[in-house]
Amino acid sequence: MNQLLGFVKKEFTHIFRDSRTMIILFGIPIIQLMLFGYVITTEIKDARIAILDHSNDNVTRELTNKILSSGYFRLEDNLQNEHQIDPIFKKGDVKQVIVYEKDFAQKLEREGKANIQVIADASDPNTAQMLYNYTNGIVQDYTKKKYAGFAIPVQIKSEVRMLYNENMVGAFMYVPGTMALILMLISAMMTSITIAREKEMGTMEILLVSPLKASHIILGKVAPYLLLSIIDAVVVVLLGNMVFGVPIRGSIVVLAFLVVLYITMALSLGILISTVANSQQVALFISGFALMLPTMLLSGFIFPIENMPVPLQILSNLMPPRWFIDALKQVMLKGNGLEYIWPNILILCTMTVFFLALSIKKFRFRLE
Amino acid sequence: MIEVGNIEKSYGKQKALKGISLEVQKGELFGLIGPDGAGKTTLMRILVTLLLPDRGYAKMDGLDVVSDFRKIRTLVGYMPGRFSLYQDLTVEENLQFFATVFGGTIEANYHLIRDIYSQIEPFKNRLAGKLSGGMKQKLALSCSLIHAPKILILDEPTTGVDAVSRKEFWEMLNKLRHKGITILVSTPYMDEANLCDRVALLQNGTILSIDTPKNITAGFSKNLFGVKVETTTQRFECVGLLKEMQGIDSVFSFGESIHITSNQPAIQEIQVTEYLNGRGQQGITVERISASIEDVFMELMQNEGN
Repeated sequence: MNQLLGFVKKEFTHIFRDSRTMIILFGIPIIQLMLFGYVITTEIKDARIAILDHSNDNVTRELTNKILSSGYFRLEDNLQNEHQIDPIFKKGDVKQVIVYEKDFAQKLEREGKANIQVIADASDPNTAQMLYNYTNGIVQDYTKKKYAGFAIPVQIKSEVRMLYNENMVGAFMYVPGTMALILMLISAMMTSITIAREKEMGTMEILLVSPLKASHIILGKVAPYLLLSIIDAVVVVLLGNMVFGVPIRGSIVVLAFLVVLYITMALSLGILISTVANSQQVALFISGFALMLPTMLLSGFIFPIENMPVPLQILSNLMPPRWFIDALKQVMLKGNGLEYIWPNILILCTMTVFFLALSIKKFRFRLE
Repeated sequence: MIEVGNIEKSYGKQKALKGISLEVQKGELFGLIGPDGAGKTTLMRILVTLLLPDRGYAKMDGLDVVSDFRKIRTLVGYMPGRFSLYQDLTVEENLQFFATVFGGTIEANYHLIRDIYSQIEPFKNRLAGKLSGGMKQKLALSCSLIHAPKILILDEPTTGVDAVSRKEFWEMLNKLRHKGITILVSTPYMDEANLCDRVALLQNGTILSIDTPKNITAGFSKNLFGVKVETTTQRFECVGLLKEMQGIDSVFSFGESIHITSNQPAIQEIQVTEYLNGRGQQGITVERISASIEDVFMELMQNEGN
C-alpha cells in the first residue's frame, strides 16, 4: 500500500512540475468547450443574400422585407439581371440569391400562382439546405397569412415542437460531445504517454527490477489521472450549465457514475496503448489517430450516425464515446435514469473489462 | 552468489551471447570487461530478470532468473547503463521514491549509502536532471543501494564520468564489497579491470578469459615492447614500418606510444631501435614493458580472430 502511495505521489509531482501537462489537463478542456460552444455552431445568423427582383411590386417588396427582417439574412446586393448572379456567387460572400419572376403580384392575383427562384451556394450543402428551408418557411408563412380568408382545399398543418432543446441550441449537442472528447484526450492520451515516457527515459527498466507489481505500476499511473479527469468532468458540466445553459435534468448520481465509468474505460484504453507503444511519440500518434478522430467523427458527436453509410454505422458501434454521448444526452437533457441507459452502461462496462484484461495480458514483466 | 551456465541469447539473427558461463563468489567485486557490443549489457539484463535467456541457466543467490524472478527483484540492486532516474524529481525525492518502492525508508539503510550520499546531500533539493555526470552516478548508486541489496549489478557506471569521479566511484565499490555486497560491474575501460577481484574478458558474446587481473597479465607469455615516438605523424609511420618487421606478431597504438609483441628471443629493444633508425625514424625510445589487461585483451582478440 505504501508502495502504491509513493508511486501516486511521484506521479502527481511529475504532473504538477510539467507546465505542458498542466495546460493539457486544465487549459485545453476549457478552451475546447468554449470553441465548440461558441465558434462551431450550426445555427445560421446574418447569411448574406442578394435579390434579383424582376417585378419590383408591392408583393415582392413586402416579401423581401419579411425575409430580411427574419434575422437569418442580410442583404448584400440588389441585382439587375441574371448575368450578375454567377459573378456574385464566385466572389463567395453571398450564399443565396432570390429571384422574383416578372409581374409577380399580377400573376399571383390572376393565376393564384407566382414563382420565386431560390439559388443557393451548395459548396456547403448543409448551409445551403438550411437557408433554403428558412426562405421557404418565410414565404409559406407570408402566403398563409396574406390569404387567410381564402379557402385552400385540404391543408395539413404541422406544428413542430423541439423536445428537450426547444430553442435548438447547438451547445446542447456539443457539451456532451466535448466532454467525451476531453475525457478521452486526458485519460487515454495522458496515461499512454506517461507510461511510454518511463520506457523512453529508461526508468521502466528500474521499476521492473523492483518488487513493484504490474498492478502497482498501472494503478499508480491511473489513479492521478482518474482524479484529475473527474475534476475536468465537473468543470465541463458546470461551464456547460452556467455558460451555455445546458441543463442537468437527470440524477447527479447517475451522471457521476456514467462519467467515472467512461473515464475508467478511457484509462484502460490508455494503458492498452502504452503496452504497445515504446515511445511518447508513438503513444501520441496512436491515441491521436486511433482515438481522437473516431471520437470526433464516428461517435455522433458532429455527424449524425443515422446519416452514415451502413459499414460506418456498424463501425460506430465499436466506438465507446458513441455510447457515452448517447447516455450523457439522455441523462442531462431528457432526465433519463438507469432504466433507460442500462444498455449503454453495460456496453461501456464490457469494453472496460475487455481493455483491462487485454492490457494486463499484454503487460510485459521484462524488456521483451 | 551468481552462477551463469552456458547462457545463449540472440536478437533476431544477431547472436549477442554465445554460451557464457561464470561464477561470482559472495562478497566479490567482479568485472565484466569488454568493448561495446561484447554482450555485457545483455548478460546483466538476463541476470536482473529483464531478459530471458534462449539457452542455459543463471542463478542469483540460488534463485533461478526465469522462474524465481519475483524474489530476485527484491534482493538485487540494478543500475542501468543509461542514467535512469527521474530528471524532474529532486535528488531527495528520487531517493525517497526508490526507498518506498522497495518498501523501506531512507533512514533504515542510510548507513549503506552514507559515504556516497553525503557527497550529494548538499544538493538534495536540486532536480536530478541538473546534476553533473559524476553526481548523477552517485545518486543512481545511492538509489540502487537504498534497499540493502545482496547483489549489486552496475552496467558501465563510469562511462562518461570524469577521471576524479571515476576514481571515487571505484573506491566506493571497494567499500561496499567489504560490507558483504556481491558486486558485478561492467566497464569498457581496461584500466579499471585492475580494481576488481576477478574479471571476465568479454568479446563478441564469448568469454576470452576469467581470472584475477594479476593472473591474467601474468599469463602473457610474449615479449612486449613500448615504442615512444615524438609526433603523431611519426607514430603512424612507425606503426606501418613495424607491421612489416620480421618476427613481430602484433602492433597496436596505445595512446601516445606503440605496443609491439614478439615471441622471438632474437628481437630485443636494440633490434627494434636499429630497425626504425635505419628507416629514417629518429628520436624514438624502445623499452621492455610488462603487459596490461589491454595488451592481454588485444592478444586474445587476435587469437580469436585467427
